[in-house]
Amino acid sequence: MPTLEIRDLFVALAATPDKPIVKGLNLTIRTGEVHAIMGPNGTGKSTLSKAIAGHPDYVITSGDVLLGGKSILEMEADERARAGLFLAFQYPSEIPGVSIANFLRAAVQARLAEGEEIDATAYYKRLYSKMDLLKIDRKFTSRSVNEGFSGGEKKRCEILQMAMLEPTFSLMDETDSGLDIDALRIVAEGVNLMRGEKLGVLLITHYQRLLDYIVPDFVHVMYDGRIVKSGDKTLALELEAKGYDWVKQELALSASAAVATA
Amino acid sequence: MQPPTDTLAPPDLNFDSEVGDSASTVENPTVGIDQSVGDFTYDVKYAFDAGSGLNEGVIRYISDVKKEASWILDFRLKAYQTFLEKPMPTHWATKDLENIDFNKIRYYLSQGQKPKRTWDEVPDDIKRTFERLGIPEQERKFLAGVEAQFDSEAAYSNVKDIVAKQGVIFCNSTEALREHPEIFRKWFGKVIPTGDNKFSALNSAVFSGGSFIYVPKGVKVAMPLQAYFRINAENFGQFERTLIIADEGAEVTYMEGCTAPKFSTSTLHSAVVELVALKGAKIQYITVQNWAPNVFNLVTKRAIAMEDAEVKWIDCNIGSRLTMKYPGVILKGKRARGEVISIALANDGQHQDTGAKMIHAADDTTSVIVAKSISVGQGRSTYRGVVHIPKHLKGCKNNTECDALLINTNSRTDTYPAIVVRGDTHAVQHEASVSKVSEDMIFYMQQRGLTEAQAMSLAVNGFVNDLVRQFPMEYSVELKRLIDLEMEGSVG
Repeated sequence: MPTLEIRDLFVALAATPDKPIVKGLNLTIRTGEVHAIMGPNGTGKSTLSKAIAGHPDYVITSGDVLLGGKSILEMEADERARAGLFLAFQYPSEIPGVSIANFLRAAVQARLAEGEEIDATAYYKRLYSKMDLLKIDRKFTSRSVNEGFSGGEKKRCEILQMAMLEPTFSLMDETDSGLDIDALRIVAEGVNLMRGEKLGVLLITHYQRLLDYIVPDFVHVMYDGRIVKSGDKTLALELEAKGYDWVKQELALSASAAVATA
Repeated sequence: MQPPTDTLAPPDLNFDSEVGDSASTVENPTVGIDQSVGDFTYDVKYAFDAGSGLNEGVIRYISDVKKEASWILDFRLKAYQTFLEKPMPTHWATKDLENIDFNKIRYYLSQGQKPKRTWDEVPDDIKRTFERLGIPEQERKFLAGVEAQFDSEAAYSNVKDIVAKQGVIFCNSTEALREHPEIFRKWFGKVIPTGDNKFSALNSAVFSGGSFIYVPKGVKVAMPLQAYFRINAENFGQFERTLIIADEGAEVTYMEGCTAPKFSTSTLHSAVVELVALKGAKIQYITVQNWAPNVFNLVTKRAIAMEDAEVKWIDCNIGSRLTMKYPGVILKGKRARGEVISIALANDGQHQDTGAKMIHAADDTTSVIVAKSISVGQGRSTYRGVVHIPKHLKGCKNNTECDALLINTNSRTDTYPAIVVRGDTHAVQHEASVSKVSEDMIFYMQQRGLTEAQAMSLAVNGFVNDLVRQFPMEYSVELKRLIDLEMEGSVG
């Protein structure tokens, strides 16, 4: 079963490589699993997802990320994508003049061997079946990618791309506190439809609310660039009830305990 | 946005130029080339070469070879004097023009000599482009023997036969002026006077080739007339001359140049293209210019639109070292309409200096300019526009939109819109934007599996998409491919 392994990962902004944001993060995700990473703002959740996807603004200063046992750190962002990694963006870019259908077609074409041409009929058939599955109106894909989209439409566009590109691992950056309930539902329904043996999901969120719709197999709490607590879905409920301060206090306690034993 | 009624005009926009993308309709009656299908001969024993440099002797030689009427020779000689008198327009245009050495140029070279053009002789980058464009093997063979097969293009001649039955005249400049002076002489050199600019004067002195078209009253030519401009022998047809006359109520679409093979050892192409749309006529003129990157492409294109007539220039510039071309429409009759749709792509070492001119000269006339440019690497694009609406007119409208896209941080774009509007019954709108392809946009596309180059290509195609859709299908497909090719080397 394929895995996505994050090993003792340190990430910084490329402009300030000596100031790590992610500080020694370890996590292994298998296909079939849904992991949720939660944590207060500014703990490096979005940085983690962008660095794994290969965003040029970030630099991995140490550690490794392995996809199916192979390090992806030397791969360009597009190679990582073609290897099966998908990032659902918190703020997806607009691509004026390029329709969703044409954009996805180019993305599918990019996955074919050189010289191989996409079968247009088969492509549209598959696109429409995915749209039916996700209850997306046919007219949607003739619009330019994300141009003038509402928050919900952007999410729908991301989910449709994920459905079409069928990644092995999907990193879903849903940290935006402004996410409205419709957008949350779109993301949740999409993930629930695609959930299964062939897909591993890393769901990054600030709010427990999203987890009302997507029940994760594992929940991790991220704080100050690290995962400080892991558990099952009940951890999310505990966090909701007690707040992040509870985690901070526990951390402080264990730190002083460590000092005491030393 | 409401523009000021008076905008400072750039020093002198009298240079409308563009040359050609059209380059060369080669024909030389004296060497026995007959344009009609299956009935041509080619005598390789004849070679006509006017040599390098320009003087009266060269002009007389050209006129003599063409067996021209004396008025044409007079026209040429007068134009030559004008050319000599006119300064290079470097007081407003690029100094790169000074690199043109008029003494090294060969002004007339007809295909009398043994064909030399084989694909082996084609510059590698052009050859590679064609191969990657997927031009069929058949086309490649055709070009390999381009002289022998010139004018044997069946499609071209078929169209010609059909339109001929409607009374449409479609031939080259030499033939037109010799066989149909009563039709063409009236307008020849009238839309663009010889002295319009230095390069229109040069063209007037040494012109050869080009298309002369007459569409009779009420005739609507169903299919576009297409010019297959192939450079036949070196240097030939660099100064082509085109004149299209659509008589009252006539309609015609003309497509030229485009991605058809055009390569040349010469460095200067300077055409003059005149369009005449009489009452109620419609002319659409489509160009896709993809010259080799060593070519100075200095072309003057202008139309005159009479009452209720419509002229639309669709102009796309991808190739050349320097292109200067500002297609214009003189809106001479009431309710006439002029439109320029322009796409320019400037890559490393290229300067696309393009734009449009709209001269309103009657009431209730309308003009539209939409110009989009893309600057890649150290490429430079310049938009120059003139819109002129004088005080005595009423109810004129202009809408100008120019958008520039910069790909790299060292890419350059300049915009010089000169809009002069007098009077208070006109509506004028001008919009301009400059944008850059953002790193985030590229990363977003890469994250979906597209390479950086593919992502860039898609972004650029998206930018021009609404204009490309106005091109006929086959041209828009070729245009997209050309853009893809241009963008491929632009990243990394």
